[in-house]
Amino acid sequence: MPAMTKKSIALIVLIIGAMVIPFIIQNEYWLHILTLSFIWSIAVYGLNILAGYTGYLSLAHAGFFAIGAYALGLLTVKAGLNYWVALILACIITSGIGLLIGLVALRTREHFFAIYTLCVGYVIYLVIDKWDSLTGGVRGLIGIPAPSNIGPISFQSAISQYYLILFFLLATVVVMYRIVHSLTGRTFIAIRNSEELAQTIGISTMKNKLTVFVLSTFFAGLAGALYASFIRFIGPDIGYTTIIFDLLTYLLVGGIGTLAGPVVGTILIVSVSQSLQFLQDYRMLIFGPMLTLIIIFYPRGIVGMVSEWKMKWFNKKKKAPAETWKSTYSDSEDVREDKVKEG
Amino acid sequence: MFIEAKNLTKQFGGLTAVKDVNFEIEKGKINAIIGPNGAGKSTFFNLVSGSYIPTSGQVIYKGKDITKLPPNKIAELGVARTFQTTNLFEQATVLDNVIVGHRLRTKSNLLDAVLRTKRYKKEEKKCKDKAMEVLDFVGLTNITDQLAGSITQEEKKRVAFALALATDPEVVFLDEPAAGINSGETEGLAELMKKMVKRGITVCLIEHKMQMIMKLADKIMVLNYGEKIAEGSSEEIMNNQDVIEAYLGGDASA
Repeated sequence: MPAMTKKSIALIVLIIGAMVIPFIIQNEYWLHILTLSFIWSIAVYGLNILAGYTGYLSLAHAGFFAIGAYALGLLTVKAGLNYWVALILACIITSGIGLLIGLVALRTREHFFAIYTLCVGYVIYLVIDKWDSLTGGVRGLIGIPAPSNIGPISFQSAISQYYLILFFLLATVVVMYRIVHSLTGRTFIAIRNSEELAQTIGISTMKNKLTVFVLSTFFAGLAGALYASFIRFIGPDIGYTTIIFDLLTYLLVGGIGTLAGPVVGTILIVSVSQSLQFLQDYRMLIFGPMLTLIIIFYPRGIVGMVSEWKMKWFNKKKKAPAETWKSTYSDSEDVREDKVKEG
Repeated sequence: MFIEAKNLTKQFGGLTAVKDVNFEIEKGKINAIIGPNGAGKSTFFNLVSGSYIPTSGQVIYKGKDITKLPPNKIAELGVARTFQTTNLFEQATVLDNVIVGHRLRTKSNLLDAVLRTKRYKKEEKKCKDKAMEVLDFVGLTNITDQLAGSITQEEKKRVAFALALATDPEVVFLDEPAAGINSGETEGLAELMKKMVKRGITVCLIEHKMQMIMKLADKIMVLNYGEKIAEGSSEEIMNNQDVIEAYLGGDASA
């Protein structure tokens, strides 16, 4: 299978590329931006498995991101726990809250689910903002420690943080790849396709939806926790509604329901948006139309666009008999009319 | 007694879609439900296969009351169904579409998938084998790796059959399997239904194409305005005065 090897070679090149980037761009600022977009990518992957592969668009994920960040911040700053213990606990806490919210939210569908989760996200933001005694309110939480050393490895420098986050991102991608290409992933896709059909082939939709919801909050929480220890300061605005729309933009531009989409979209938008800093909020004049165009012409984003081109190219090579399909289809319509008359 | 509907009634607000229907689906036969548009056929189907919960009445499957079970539990017991419109995942291959059909007979979970455990590998192979087996059964081995979006309408129907068969059912409910395909292809699907019965799978279908039903079905029930007006073999149905009036003899409105 030459296609497979080509793909894995490309993948290895990409990973090596990501590994050597810190030596190529000796600019700390860009390394910082890249690391940050890796963190956002992890959260977008969490959103993708739910919205892209299962068909449930959650707008509460900025809230879960903030829960992860605050859990880590509070556990390290106020409870004084070891960083790695706090990181694991932060993910567990986020997933636990995700489980409780999922139990209620997943009783709704489609637009209602989106609206409900939007409200949940805002409530989470309000709780963080107003619960002064715990979260520090608008003042935020300062002095969050960087990841503590593992043996001889320390994570104080920008480069070591970059590698740490890269590691988490790669792990996320591997986990996502394995889930999507598994029976469990197929089950999720079946639910996205038609919940009714999924049920009649024996899939417990509630159980599976809850699993994927918790899983997606886990990744949102992980990203939040990594963000807290990377920026070392968090405020309630990381859970604000605009963040979820940022995440959604990354996902839609990169390609919803694709494996590479989250990382492609996030890195692209974050870096473009950094380059256009001088335009301030007028940047949105560029992003708005761009997003609209992508959704109209390429509903599966940049990655979907590339795979569409590849497929067209492949079909041209194979000369797929497109006409026969059309003729059978129109035939059958005629026949149906005849039959009705007969009846 | 295989599947028995007892006094099934379903009301939607003030409308009674199905009214006090008794019907027995016979094991190893082709059972058909016919009736003019709006007669309540699809509602009856949804009641028996668990998609709707009846307002009153019961559905008994192999002596067990399945009236209030959710559809996925009913599927586990060996009841499969197809829909009028075939909901396939068009960006995936035919094989990929069918593999998930055997999912209900597997136990591996998310963790198995992430860690690629032995159990997972075994079950994935089992599902793939099952998918190949049923695709072979419905005669689609030549297109297993084509995208579901690029196959013909008739092939899509067959994929939907395959998906239902992949659940290892004892009975398959087919909702208008021949809708939207031509007569030659209809013959082919009729053959396939006979083949299913030969394999020991009971078939129950809704169909508009009268010729096909009259040739194919062992037992027919006729619904009109939600009520059963006749039941029996195709000859009995063809000679039944009520049926002729309600359906066959009616003018183009049917």
